[in-house]
Amino acid sequence: MMDEMRVALVTGAARGIGRAIALALAQPGIMIYINDVANLDEAALTQKGVEDKGAKARVVTFNVADAGAVQQAVDEIIKESGRLDILVNNAGITRDNLIVRLKEAEWDQVLDVNLKGAYHCIRAVSKPMLKQRYGRIINISSVVGLMGNPGQANYVASKAGLIGLTKAVARELASRHITVNAVAPGFIQTEMTASLPEKTRAEMLAQIPLSRFGTPEEVAQAVVFLASDTAAYITGQVIHVNGGMLMV
Amino acid sequence: MGAVEDKVIDIIVDKLGVERSEVTPEAVFVDDLGADSLDLVELIMAMEEEFGFEIADDEAEKLRTVQDVTSFVQARQAQS
Repeated sequence: MMDEMRVALVTGAARGIGRAIALALAQPGIMIYINDVANLDEAALTQKGVEDKGAKARVVTFNVADAGAVQQAVDEIIKESGRLDILVNNAGITRDNLIVRLKEAEWDQVLDVNLKGAYHCIRAVSKPMLKQRYGRIINISSVVGLMGNPGQANYVASKAGLIGLTKAVARELASRHITVNAVAPGFIQTEMTASLPEKTRAEMLAQIPLSRFGTPEEVAQAVVFLASDTAAYITGQVIHVNGGMLMV
Repeated sequence: MGAVEDKVIDIIVDKLGVERSEVTPEAVFVDDLGADSLDLVELIMAMEEEFGFEIADDEAEKLRTVQDVTSFVQARQAQS
């Protein structure tokens, strides 16, 4: 297995945690497909960073919420690289609003990308992974999926949903040596959290025993571990990377 | 034994890890050959690959025995 080229697909990898995951997975002997729906200049920067570390990389532009586009992209990856070993469902968006004001469109947009997008990708990769008798699926959830967070009913529901999805699929595919796990980051310094009000950031910080926000690289290292052969006996789990903000 | 039946049996032996002698035309995948639901999905995937056509989910559900699959493949090939 180690002699062969590994092939990975990371969704939402133009920026933030997704980019850090692509960079952390990068090493000679791996081909990384960097997905994003927009931010193509930044996706190209991720590609360059991955290539600088000796890995092969290609940007694949599609919307994870579009089932047909996902299937087409995965078909093309299989055609080009012959296999797909690692899927990281990282693509995610926020449309924050209090529940009384939360519009159906805001609910749908977030659920369509964060949860349905993961379903589309898992469904598309499951056939090639079954045939290979090998696979690593890692879903990026969030600490708020377990704790809740005011103003984020849609986002929280999607991130909690990813944990249920992780466990169900882990049970289905385990007999074929396909592991499915989730990583639940806490408060991580990215553009997504930079847009939060200072007051919210201060309140969050007060809840973190390690007294600092996390970095995308720290989340990425948990993903790299779960994606490795070393983690073969871990499936259906949620790895928390949150500075102790939540202990479960 | 027909060529189609031969290939069908090859795939079943390979995917389900059963003895060739067990794969009789009347054998039911789940009850007689110990297949679980994921085995059935993989069996259909392998048939699609071998014979080069898609088998819809509602058609796949009806394929319960070895003979069901052989007849299905033969009928499909006759159509094309």
